[in-house]
Amino acid sequence: MTTQADPVTTRPSPSPSPSPPPTPSPAPERKSASPAARRPDARRRRRLGPGRPIPFGAAVGPLLLLAVWSLGSLTGLLDERTLSAPWTVLATTGDLIASGRLQESLLISTQRAGLGLAFGVLIGTVLALVAGLSRWGEAVIDGPVQIKRAIPALALLPLLILWLGIDERMKVVTIVLGVFVPVYIHTHNGLRSIDQRYVELAESLRLRPTQFVRRVVLPGALPGFLLGLRFAVVSAWLALVVVEQINSTSGIGYMMELARQYGQTDIIIVGLVLYGILGLLSDGAVRLVQRRALSWRRTLAD
Amino acid sequence: MAPHPGGLTVHTDVHVDTEVHVDIEGHAGTGSVVRVRGLTRRFGGRTVLDGLDLEIGENEFVALLGRSGSGKSTLLRALAGLDPDVAGDGEVDVPANSSVIFQDARLLPWQRVLANVVLGASGAAAVRRGQERLAEVGLAGRERAWPNQLSGGEQQRVALARALVGEPRLLLADEPFGALDALTRIRMHGLLRELCERHRPAVLLVTHDVDEAVALADRVLVLEEGRITVDTPIELPAPRQHRHPRFLEHRERLLAALGVTQEPASPGGRPATEETSR
Repeated sequence: MTTQADPVTTRPSPSPSPSPPPTPSPAPERKSASPAARRPDARRRRRLGPGRPIPFGAAVGPLLLLAVWSLGSLTGLLDERTLSAPWTVLATTGDLIASGRLQESLLISTQRAGLGLAFGVLIGTVLALVAGLSRWGEAVIDGPVQIKRAIPALALLPLLILWLGIDERMKVVTIVLGVFVPVYIHTHNGLRSIDQRYVELAESLRLRPTQFVRRVVLPGALPGFLLGLRFAVVSAWLALVVVEQINSTSGIGYMMELARQYGQTDIIIVGLVLYGILGLLSDGAVRLVQRRALSWRRTLAD
Repeated sequence: MAPHPGGLTVHTDVHVDTEVHVDIEGHAGTGSVVRVRGLTRRFGGRTVLDGLDLEIGENEFVALLGRSGSGKSTLLRALAGLDPDVAGDGEVDVPANSSVIFQDARLLPWQRVLANVVLGASGAAAVRRGQERLAEVGLAGRERAWPNQLSGGEQQRVALARALVGEPRLLLADEPFGALDALTRIRMHGLLRELCERHRPAVLLVTHDVDEAVALADRVLVLEEGRITVDTPIELPAPRQHRHPRFLEHRERLLAALGVTQEPASPGGRPATEETSR
């Protein structure tokens, strides 16, 4: 630990000095300090690993990007038609809020994503429980879900449009199809990876099936479920972007699609930033839930 | 399932002929808590238990010794009804109210300590009993702790509290102190002995530690090649002293039965008869 030369501990002998008396140092410290005293130029030992965290480190990259963008716009290197300046985007945001267009789009988009997420999570969880708790359930459910997993939800869009038209139902169903798969996969995996020893314990305590599900299965699968939920939130926004840019008449995606037709890069960027903020916020919310629900294993995670 | 005069007969599996009689009320016939007749267990082609007979009386503390792979754990698991799919036959009579302590404490990490103790029971009475047991194992005040905040010894004490919360007639312990350090282990011996005297269950303690067996049990069995080859009562004055001549005598005999010959030049150390079982 103390490889650095310490003026007090490395003093060769306790010579009488007029300055403040040397504090008595414990023997091991003196011993470890002596090689450093022999090599006064010995530098601090090189540490492996990334080192200490930087304060507000997460903000450094985005701020740098913003600076480059501003600089590019200021110097004219970035054409206003290619990429609007940051302040133009800010002003446009103000205009969009003033006219109420932003709130309106945001509301309808959040509604779609929320509905799709809610139904998708519900379906994914129920399917995972059925498949995880019975071999027959697994035999019936797991195969089709794995097949569905191999087909991107967006590839089903043409079929969904033929079946459901282009209204809200089609949009929500597309989001549901994208959402339920990660919830199913991770919850099912969480259920299956519950330690067999706990099942044995439940048997030795003669737990009833309902008690077994409540005390062992559900809490045991919760970490997997929450991980699936994080992926599900991302999938929901992803699917939302696509359905809103196809045959839509409202929402953030529609706002952006319209802006493309008029070449308004500022509005497109407002939409992008909105999607980013929504994604970050929802992921943060799930992580908060994760931290609270899994407090029993906080000693490891944080 | 066919009715049985002594209780409930459970045919464990199609290819298993073992009849596990779970005794719902009262005694399993002749005043013994456990009665095993001709128990055979096979894994693959290997016969682990070979026509084994065993009786354990009320309140009797029995230790079961044996080398690795001698089938100690298999016997305990058969009594606990934990391996229903293993091939074999024989008759096993155990009380319905029996509990198991495993080598690992096996606490559910997502349940707090008290919830772990009263797992499977609910209601205010169960909670009160759970708190009483926790106090008995010296963990009063830790009811709200998470299992991973406890030391290994504390976790095993919670497991002990959980095993005793239902006042079992039979306590099955599968090397419960095997994973603990030597000091903690000695403290746990005292605690187990004390709790068993208070709650009076019949105990089957599977261990590979001869000293542990002699220090705790009323009767010691040695399992070898699927049968019980030694069945000896241990009578020692009340606080059992490891240096008592009769203690040493029992120990020598059991070690010899396990095939360990004592080196005369090593008096101090605790001779381990084996590393672990299974």
